[in-house]
Amino acid sequence: MELLITVIKIIVVMGVMLGIVAYVVLLERRLSAAIQNRIGPNRVGWQGLLQPIADVIKLVFKEDIVPVKANRFIHDLAPIISLGVALTTFAVVPFGDKINLFGYDIKLQIADINIGILYILALTSLGVYGLTLSGWSSNSKYALLGGVRSSAQMISYELSMGLSVLGVIMVAGSLQLDKIVEAQAGWKWNIILQPIGFFTFLTAAFAETNRLPFDLPEAEPELVAGYHTEYSGLKFGAYYLSEYANMFVSSAIVTTLYLGGWQMPFVHSIGLSDFWISIIQVSGFLIKVVLLISFFIIIRWTIPRFRYDQLMNLGWKFMLPVSILNLLITGLGILLF
Amino acid sequence: MENQKPIIHRKDLHWWELFYIPQIINGMRITLSQVFRPKFTRQYPEEKWNPPSSFRGRPVLVEQNGVERCVACGLCSRVCPALAIDVQASETELLKERYPVRFEINMLRCIFCGFCEEVCPEEAIVMSKEFELVFRHQEDAIFGKDKLLIPADKLKDRLEFLRKNR
Repeated sequence: MELLITVIKIIVVMGVMLGIVAYVVLLERRLSAAIQNRIGPNRVGWQGLLQPIADVIKLVFKEDIVPVKANRFIHDLAPIISLGVALTTFAVVPFGDKINLFGYDIKLQIADINIGILYILALTSLGVYGLTLSGWSSNSKYALLGGVRSSAQMISYELSMGLSVLGVIMVAGSLQLDKIVEAQAGWKWNIILQPIGFFTFLTAAFAETNRLPFDLPEAEPELVAGYHTEYSGLKFGAYYLSEYANMFVSSAIVTTLYLGGWQMPFVHSIGLSDFWISIIQVSGFLIKVVLLISFFIIIRWTIPRFRYDQLMNLGWKFMLPVSILNLLITGLGILLF
Repeated sequence: MENQKPIIHRKDLHWWELFYIPQIINGMRITLSQVFRPKFTRQYPEEKWNPPSSFRGRPVLVEQNGVERCVACGLCSRVCPALAIDVQASETELLKERYPVRFEINMLRCIFCGFCEEVCPEEAIVMSKEFELVFRHQEDAIFGKDKLLIPADKLKDRLEFLRKNR
C-alpha cells in the first residue's frame, strides 16, 4: 500500500510539474511580450493556451541532427542527465502538510529523507554534467566554451549557495525539509529572519539555473546558443524543458527554505475543515512558486548580462564574504536569543 | 592636438549604487510599468493595414468609361526590369485607335519597382494598394485583363498622388 501511494504521488507530481513547466514557457513568452509592448502568442487556442502543446508537437517531429565528429553516445546522454536531474530534484520538496484521502493519511512529499537539503545540493551540482558533457561531445567551439563556462560558474556559486543554506539549517536545527518548513510556522519565515541569506541564495539560484543576468553558458551574442548549439529536435526540447524545470524547482526550493513553504499564516483561524486547509496550503505553495517564477522572468527582461570577469568578481569577492557574514550573524543571533 | 577627444571623467559609483539591489528594484519598476502600456501589435488578418498613397502594391490598369486607358504602346513591357509584362496591341474604333488585346503581368516576376507606372504616357498603369498576393499554381500568378482592370475612381488616391509628385 505504501508503495502504491508513493507511485501515485510520483505520477501526479510529475504530471502537474510537467504541465506547470510547459505553461511557464507560455508565461515567459506572454510576460516578456507585455514588457516589450507586444502581445505574444495568442493564436493557438484561447489566448494561446494550447501553444505549449503545439511547440512540443513541432519539436517531436523535427529531425535529430548530430554533428559528424560528435561523440554520439555522450551527445545523447547529456540532455537525459540534464532533464533527469531537473525533474528528480523536486522529490524531496514538501508541497503540503498531511492530507486525508479515502481514509489514508498521505504526506504531501514524495521522499521524506533526513538529509533533504544535501540531496538537493548534490543533485543540482550534478546538473552541471549535463551542460559540460553536451558542450564537450558536440565537437563545436561555441558549445565547448558554453560548457566550460557553466562548470566554472556552478563551482563559484555553489559555495555561496551552500553557505547561505547553512544559515537556514542553523535556524531550523535540521536538514530535513519538512522540519525546516515547520520551523517557519506563522510569520517566522526565513526571509524575515535572515534577509541577507535570502538574497545570496536567490542570486546563486539565478546562477544555477543559467537565467539571464548569469546566462553566460548560453550567451547568444557570443556563443550562438552556448552548450546546446548543436542540438535539435527532441534533445533540444529536453534542454529547453530542463531549463524551465530547473527554474520551477529552484523557485520551489527558495519557497521551501525562505518563504515558509506550504505554511500560510492565519489559515487555521478561518475555521475550515482539515481537507480544505491542506488544499489551501498546497495552492498557496504553488502561488508562491509561480510568483517567484514571474520574478525570474521580470529580472530576465530587466538586467543585462554580466561580463565573465564581473560574474567571477561578484561570486568570489562579494557573494562569498556576504554569505559567510550572514552565517556569523545567524550564529550570533542564535547565541543571544 | 586639436583632434584629441575630450577626456570624460566618470564619477565613481556611490556605495548605494554599488549595493545593486535598490537599482535592480528601480529597473524592475520600469519594466513592470511597460506591461500596462498600450500594445503596438497589429492583429493582422483581422485588422488590415491601409497603406498610404505612396505605397507600391500590385500594378493595375486604369479603367475609364468602361474601357482601359491603355493604348498598348508597349513602353511598360519594354522598361520592366523583370520582364513581367506582356502586351499585344490591336486597332479599335475608339478615339485612342489602339488597345491591348492581351495584357498580362506575371506576378511571380513582378518586383513592384513601379517603372511601368513611371514610364506610362497615358497614366494607364498605376500601382495599387493591394499587397496580399497568394497563388496555388504558377498559372494563377499570371494576371490577365480581367484581374488587372480597376475603375479609375477606386484608384483616386494614387492618381492624385502621381499628379502632385511627378
